[in-house]
Amino acid sequence: MLEWAPLVVTLKTAVAATVFTFFLGIGLAYAVVRMHRGKGLADAVITLPMVLPPTVVGFFLLLAFGKRSAIGRFLLQFDVTLVFTWKAAVIAAVVVSLPLMYRTARGAFEQLDRNIIYAARTLGVSEWRIFWHILLPNARHGILAGLVLSFTRALGEFGATIMFAGNIPGVTQTMSTAIYAAVQANDYDLAFQWALLLVLFSLVFVVAMNVWSGRLARAN
Amino acid sequence: MELVVSIRKKLRDFVLEAEFEVHDEVLALLGASGCGKSMTLKCIAGIERPDEGRILLNGRTLFDSEKGIDQSPQLRKVGYLFQNYALFPNMTIADNILFVAKGTRQEKERKMRENLARFGLSGLEHAYPSELSGGQQQRAAFARILSSEAELLLLDEPFSALDSYLRWQLELELMEVLKSYEGTALLVSHDRNEVYRLANRVAVMNHGGIEAIDGKERLFRNPGTLAATLLTGCKNVSSAHWEGEGVLFADEWEIPLHVGKEIFDEKSGVRYVGLRAHFLEYREEAGENTFPMEVVQVIEDTFSYLVMVRRKGTQAKPIRWELDKKEWQSICNGEIHLHFPAVHLILLER
Repeated sequence: MLEWAPLVVTLKTAVAATVFTFFLGIGLAYAVVRMHRGKGLADAVITLPMVLPPTVVGFFLLLAFGKRSAIGRFLLQFDVTLVFTWKAAVIAAVVVSLPLMYRTARGAFEQLDRNIIYAARTLGVSEWRIFWHILLPNARHGILAGLVLSFTRALGEFGATIMFAGNIPGVTQTMSTAIYAAVQANDYDLAFQWALLLVLFSLVFVVAMNVWSGRLARAN
Repeated sequence: MELVVSIRKKLRDFVLEAEFEVHDEVLALLGASGCGKSMTLKCIAGIERPDEGRILLNGRTLFDSEKGIDQSPQLRKVGYLFQNYALFPNMTIADNILFVAKGTRQEKERKMRENLARFGLSGLEHAYPSELSGGQQQRAAFARILSSEAELLLLDEPFSALDSYLRWQLELELMEVLKSYEGTALLVSHDRNEVYRLANRVAVMNHGGIEAIDGKERLFRNPGTLAATLLTGCKNVSSAHWEGEGVLFADEWEIPLHVGKEIFDEKSGVRYVGLRAHFLEYREEAGENTFPMEVVQVIEDTFSYLVMVRRKGTQAKPIRWELDKKEWQSICNGEIHLHFPAVHLILLER
């Protein structure tokens, strides 16, 4: 019988991470689109976790939030430790999935004809209303795609999680780290079940996204 | 309603230097593509930022580099009609207008209904921009601008994206809008006919600078510079020099032109001479400013003939002569003499 804890941890982590990634990614995309200077550098920094090996990301998170770091010592004053906790798993998933959300949202923002934004400005519409009523609605396809991509990425996150949050059953052990543990323990049946479940999950989400965006495209 | 513009902005290929005023009128900026005319509009609207200078609209300072004022486009009350209309694609036509109109809900509704009716768009309130034709989209964009608080209308090549029939219809509508519009308008175009029909005054732009600015009749009669002459559609231009008192020799046409001593005294530095193609006059025999010509090429246009001619016995640069089809058919087989009317010659010192 399968012990369900890794599934629960995985879903909890992925959902929590995606909520942060969603708002952070859109916010960063909007900020970078509006930047005049340092655009390239800001873009590179946010995109970096996508191209780096996740273990490197995890290693830096460990250094940044560890007990010897400034942030770690600061958090310790409030009795907060992050390393090897569920929160660390969420942070790892956010950092790794953020570039996907950010990049797709930014692409969607930039695809919108600049003249539409300019027209809104000359007609007296505030930047805030432009963002909510023009930019976001017209970028919804890209934002939805980014949401699904970052969620599926968070679901399958392994390297940064195992470095930063560890592989504690019932706490930080996700499906992907459970597969690793099962293979090490020579339990191939268990590994196979988790692997299959992950493939299924990801497939369902991506197919659902394609169906939905196809329907939207036809409706337009 | 008055607009005062005096700005400078360094662009990649040249420096934009625009200086002009508009008072209760339609001023057209006429220029080739990439001469800085659209950039001038964008600076006025606040979409682009000039390096220095100032822009005043009805006494309000929109931009002043010395005082450090650079109002956001939202505060400028400048209506900008974009080439591609820039309607909000996620909103219906009614919402496009309600979204930008100011006032109470009833006032917004009233403005929307009034302006849609004015542009013949009643019944299309619930259509999305993508469901409208190009002409309807432009009307909707007008209705949207007029529903906002715009004090100034900026028209950026308003008809360039439309076919010629629709173009004409919309031009008629625009004339109506401009007549009833209490604001001042600035039109950007490369089409001299459009400019002549719609504007009161014309500023010719070339490489970021304003070459000439004047009432349209005066400007088209006497453009002042070579670039302005070409932009106002004069096809025949030759370099020229004085060959004696009152006789100007057109070098490329190899034709001496008697223009009179007074003009010689007044414009001793003439370097070019121009003559619009339809001002050439057919004569049966030679006389003053009248020369025997040979035909180089005949091109049939829709309602006229374009005949390329040069002075008989020379290898001079052909001159374009435009005349009625009937007239050409009755004279094309005979000897041709052409008269160059001195009053229509455009004399240019630069």
